[in-house]
Amino acid sequence: MSKSILIDTTRCIGCGACAAACKVVNRLPFDKPDDEKNRPSATCKDDDLVAFAQSVGADELGGVLSAGKLNVVQTHGSIFVRRFCMHCQEPTCASVCPVGALHKTAAGPVVYDADKCMGCRYCMMACPFSVPRYEWKALLPRVKKCTMCAPRQAKGLQPACTEVCPVQAGIFGERDDLLKEAEKRLREEPAKYFQHIYGKEEVGGTSVVYLSAVPFEQLGLPANLPSDPMPLLTYRVLSKIPSVVPLAGVLLGGIWWITNRREEVAKAEGKE
Amino acid sequence: MNFTKFPKLTFWRAVLVLILAVGFYSTVLRFTRGLGAVTNLSDQFPWGLWIGFDVLCGVGLAAGGFTLAAIVYVFHIERFHAVLRPSILTAFLGYALVAVALLFDLGKPYNIWHPLVMWNPHSVMFEVAWCVMLYLTVLALEFSPAILERFQLHTPLRVVKAATIPLVITGVLLSTLHQSSLGSLYLIVPEKLHPYWYSPLLPVFFFISAVGVGIAMVIFESNLSSRAFGREIEMPLLEVLGRALAVVLMIYGLLKFDDLWVRGALSHLREPSTETLLFLLEITLGLLFPLLMLFFRKIREDREGLFAVAVLVITGFLLNRLNVSITGMEASSGVHYFPRWTEVAVTLSIVGVGFLLFSLAVRYLNVMEKQVPGARYQVPEKTSHLAPLS
Repeated sequence: MSKSILIDTTRCIGCGACAAACKVVNRLPFDKPDDEKNRPSATCKDDDLVAFAQSVGADELGGVLSAGKLNVVQTHGSIFVRRFCMHCQEPTCASVCPVGALHKTAAGPVVYDADKCMGCRYCMMACPFSVPRYEWKALLPRVKKCTMCAPRQAKGLQPACTEVCPVQAGIFGERDDLLKEAEKRLREEPAKYFQHIYGKEEVGGTSVVYLSAVPFEQLGLPANLPSDPMPLLTYRVLSKIPSVVPLAGVLLGGIWWITNRREEVAKAEGKE
Repeated sequence: MNFTKFPKLTFWRAVLVLILAVGFYSTVLRFTRGLGAVTNLSDQFPWGLWIGFDVLCGVGLAAGGFTLAAIVYVFHIERFHAVLRPSILTAFLGYALVAVALLFDLGKPYNIWHPLVMWNPHSVMFEVAWCVMLYLTVLALEFSPAILERFQLHTPLRVVKAATIPLVITGVLLSTLHQSSLGSLYLIVPEKLHPYWYSPLLPVFFFISAVGVGIAMVIFESNLSSRAFGREIEMPLLEVLGRALAVVLMIYGLLKFDDLWVRGALSHLREPSTETLLFLLEITLGLLFPLLMLFFRKIREDREGLFAVAVLVITGFLLNRLNVSITGMEASSGVHYFPRWTEVAVTLSIVGVGFLLFSLAVRYLNVMEKQVPGARYQVPEKTSHLAPLS
């Protein structure tokens, strides 16, 4: 069971409700301070969340991912593109974290444990989608990224962003089902779509997949990503260590022993 | 009672005091206002000077320790013993100061101990953290004879000296692991690091260049110490090191050129970019010029000539690490990074403290070999006959 999100950029109308909803449930400040007046609680009923998000969504358009904005709606030409964590199947961020502060849950989301984190920021360096952001101004800074609303999912709800979307541009479901749906759309309307599901195989597959009318580079998504998960690049090197190190140790010990023998012989001969 | 005179205020000491003062100010800012207030780091560029220089260069420059230890103890080339202890000291101070630099760069430095109990063996950084911690311990033990001798602690001294060979071998293994792993850190960003520097051979390049700069650092440090402490320089030793350096540079050069060619990266040389400029600077200063110079006996046997070669190699090394971590990562980041003056102040302070501690150690401990040949401190076979320490 691996939950995923399918983003169909041909359906997105750029209302910004997803960006607003994300800020509500993650308790992040709105772009327009006026919107704070009517802010619902982070655990409000979904009906209230939908109503609020759709009403102030336009104020949340644009910008970039940051510690205060975990889901952005950007414009590329005339296309609206929602960007957030891809929740990779084999997340690079989780593999590089020295203390295992990030990990892929069985349910699908890649989650972050701030208590473990020491703030090395390798995850930020390594993520091929440049998703994780940092609280640079805080004294106890945390890495910030979308959690696919793991707490809401635990309560049987769907992520806030897909809950509030008025046109089902972003839909939530099982990865296999969403991929089937995506393939169905590509098949049934080939002229409408660029024939590729972004995230199906990139870096080992991601839980967030995209459909588009144009090549994905034009939407600001990294192009030319390998289908091998990135962690393999370092695993190929790290996995050799347990065998190489003892061998090298024996080799060095051997050299010492051999050269030591020469010294002992030289000393013995010198004494004679 | 004799009052010690206040140390004379020389030019360099004044510079050091100034640097430390600015560094202190930056330190206060760092820990009261956070990373954003003291650095030019950003979401697009999370690793800057403190990683690129303090950690990557710092660890590399401290590499002389393991190279020399291997030469003296494993390969039994005893005549390098004279330059061994200063190299171990440089290494120990270098690594200790890298740890200090990390306390600045980590977002939550009080969690620096977490890799001890929270494990992710898939992470290169986990491996680096462990290797550095273990190696720091090894270096401390390797250097301890200098301190134990000073305080005449004979039994611990015997124990440590008996453990020398296993310690040295462990040290060489650990060094090889983490020097190469610092390169492996960048294996995970093939689409972000510029082809001049990205390669599946990154760990190999980092290791070979660490050996090379380690040798150069021994030459460099010997020269500086000779000038600062008024000692004769051990030229015959340095001449051999010069040859070894030439061999290392040649191996690196061949591997690097082959790797660039095979991956089609040489075509980038046609682009008149900052990357091209800095790459060529790195290769000419750090590889071509020193290699050319080392082929001339006049330079190999000349104190100033070897010093110049060492300085060039060290400069090239610094350029390489900064190119990998900063120059090569800029284009893909979409931003331009340059360290803030407070970042530079912290870095310079750490370097300054390193020089200070080195000179203090030389003054108060037996670090430099006594100039009389054969006058090595001898550990007595048995300690029972010695008077107990009062």
